[in-house]
Amino acid sequence: MMSLTGYLIVGALLFGISLAGIIINRKNLILLLMCVELMLLAVNTNFIAFSHYLNDLQGEIFVFFILTVAAAEAAIGLAILMVLFRKRRTINVEELNTLKG
Amino acid sequence: MLIEQIVFIAFSLMLIFAAIMVVCSKNAVTSALYLVYAFFNSAVLWMLMQAEFLSLVLIFVYVGAVMTLFLFVVMMLNINIENLRRSRMKYLPIGILMTALIVGIVIYVVMPEHYISLTPVKATEHYSNISSLGMVLYTHYLYPFELAAVLLLAAIIGAISLTHVGNPKRKVQNINKQIQANKQSRLRIIKMPSEK
Repeated sequence: MMSLTGYLIVGALLFGISLAGIIINRKNLILLLMCVELMLLAVNTNFIAFSHYLNDLQGEIFVFFILTVAAAEAAIGLAILMVLFRKRRTINVEELNTLKG
Repeated sequence: MLIEQIVFIAFSLMLIFAAIMVVCSKNAVTSALYLVYAFFNSAVLWMLMQAEFLSLVLIFVYVGAVMTLFLFVVMMLNINIENLRRSRMKYLPIGILMTALIVGIVIYVVMPEHYISLTPVKATEHYSNISSLGMVLYTHYLYPFELAAVLLLAAIIGAISLTHVGNPKRKVQNINKQIQANKQSRLRIIKMPSEK
């Protein structure tokens, strides 16, 4: 039987790697979105681990809603990305500074 | 249970590898494909924790829908990668530092000597994850469930209305021009000699 610690360490590693991805790939908007998805995956893994080890279904319900919101977020984010690319011909985050005062 | 541990270690190693490749790969398409791989590995881990419904939902919704969307968008946009990759090395040390910090802190906290160690309850033979999840979802969480449906509807409408361009040859009135029209643009009085 696996211990809870193992799952939590996997979740922490996944979260850390995706955080490093956000810091390293801070220019490419698509990779930023992918790293956010990976982060949500790490959080969901933690939720399911606690739900399984505490024998409580509420954690799984939470994961269900997180999945819903993440799917909506990905769809809207990619739609905004498409519009942005159509207007500016770039997805470099550093070039998106027209709102700067 | 030896086999459970073998499955856990193998799939979590593959998951970590896939996550590293998502972050480090040169091409965005490769990143997206490795993200699909990470979702598959993670679904196996969830299945190991007896969350069958959610692990299948992860494969259906994420691999089937969201990642397809990502792949389509990555392939549709013609991105100049060289330009984007130049600053990657500059931020690598601080990225690794932050990761080491967070992972170190979390591992220190969740170690069994600092932390209550729990043992899960084995599911009985006739236990169904889907039906028990449905029992909770349609009673206690009915209102949030409906709200989630409304959220998805809003996402659909938002995504379509953001990206839909429409046929350029479509014959439709230009509202802006219509409102700005005044008498001069519609009616022109010309002087001409009257006929005898």
